[in-house]
Amino acid sequence: MPPRLCSLCNDARAILKRPKTGQQICKECFFWVFETEVHSTITEAQLFKPGDRVAIGASGGKDSTVLAHVMKTLNDRYQYGLELFLLSIDEGITGYRDDSLETVKRNQQQYGMPLKILSYDELYGWTMDAIVSQIGKKNNCTFCGVFRRQALDRGAASLHVDHIVTGHNADDIAETVLMNIMRGDIARLGRCTLICTQGEDTIRRSKPFKYAYEKEIVMYAYFKKLDYFSTECIYSPDAYRGHARAFLKDLEAARPSVIIDIIHSGETFEVKEEVKATQKAQQTCKRCGYMSSNELCKACTLLEGLERGMATAAITERARKKLDAEGPALESIRTIPFFQQSPEAHSTDAPKPPT
Amino acid sequence: MATSSTTSKQISIKVEFGGGLELLFDNQRSHRVPVPSYVSTTGKKSLKDDADVAEGKGRPVDVAYLILWLRDNLLKERAELFVENETVRPGILVLVNDTDWELEGEGEYQLKGGDEIVFISTLHGG
Repeated sequence: MPPRLCSLCNDARAILKRPKTGQQICKECFFWVFETEVHSTITEAQLFKPGDRVAIGASGGKDSTVLAHVMKTLNDRYQYGLELFLLSIDEGITGYRDDSLETVKRNQQQYGMPLKILSYDELYGWTMDAIVSQIGKKNNCTFCGVFRRQALDRGAASLHVDHIVTGHNADDIAETVLMNIMRGDIARLGRCTLICTQGEDTIRRSKPFKYAYEKEIVMYAYFKKLDYFSTECIYSPDAYRGHARAFLKDLEAARPSVIIDIIHSGETFEVKEEVKATQKAQQTCKRCGYMSSNELCKACTLLEGLERGMATAAITERARKKLDAEGPALESIRTIPFFQQSPEAHSTDAPKPPT
Repeated sequence: MATSSTTSKQISIKVEFGGGLELLFDNQRSHRVPVPSYVSTTGKKSLKDDADVAEGKGRPVDVAYLILWLRDNLLKERAELFVENETVRPGILVLVNDTDWELEGEGEYQLKGGDEIVFISTLHGG
């Protein structure tokens, strides 16, 4: 069989069939189109302006490793003028996160970017190991997810960055669309396809890989020989997402465009006004000051449940009522440290006292 | 390609696992495996009859066969994370000599001695 030529340059041998377009392309054209598409995503959404300080949420996994590489490449090639940082969250999972953090430390050297590691232990007084030993493997992903999201925001504030970018790819977003539909979570369904959302304070949060297929991210890492970590979390994987993922991969095998199609569907849903009206307005957590749709933010609620030995309080309505019936939280309940975002206001990373 | 040559009964293939898939294979990324040059044409479900395939008979060994061979001979745990419906589970990428197997006929690619087949899982952590 004669080698198939690249359908873009018509010169080199094709090494990849693009899932998005079905085109067969060579290695150099692949690198070029992959990077250029991410660049277009960034420029069309006007994600950055020169001088922005941008933290890359780095787990040591494939997506964030490729993101760090591509952000550095594009920042140099197109002179974005960004100051890039790596921000890692240490959930405190022995044998999993401690190993993947070694990968991030190597990335720090390879890409010459400053690295900040913030731990659950430091923020919440609990590692995931400790949480799982108290609550077991069921529901622990809820804690980890809520805690990680807040930890990234708080870590970003301590770095005084304007923007967090994460490695969420097109497959992840399509999965999330499906999960939100299946759960009837209309508020999240509306938000989950946005390329950029406003996080805590004025820190923005973006997904430059919104349109990048997982297959291409993994192929990019493979052909660039990027150093990434790929062990499954030792605690129960998010079973619900696992189902959505397996379903999506089956669909993709039959019709590769399904991933972009689902994202498109998610983007074009219109939520009726009467449904919108039932959604809660954003406020500030009365304990830690983080943005919240309730009096207490989700992390403080989870933490209170942990501290009072009723870990399911934030997960089920019934358990919450039981917790409330036992009376108010003790004065001594831990307050999650709040980092001031603006460097002018505070010259150190000292936590802001609770209000 | 060894379609008419019947001189060797086995060929040696280099196999690599990545993206977390190596965990199912004794946490070893790189393997060299011997496979028969010709394998039974009667279905793919069982590899048991393959010893009876005479030289020059049957079909030349292909990637589809290799996948089942790896499942039956090299895989240490959780076969369902590697094979589904007699092929790799969706979400596992396969490269034949550093080329996407989708450009090489996928499971129908006929193996030659010294070929390098890479399996990478995309299903593990972000």
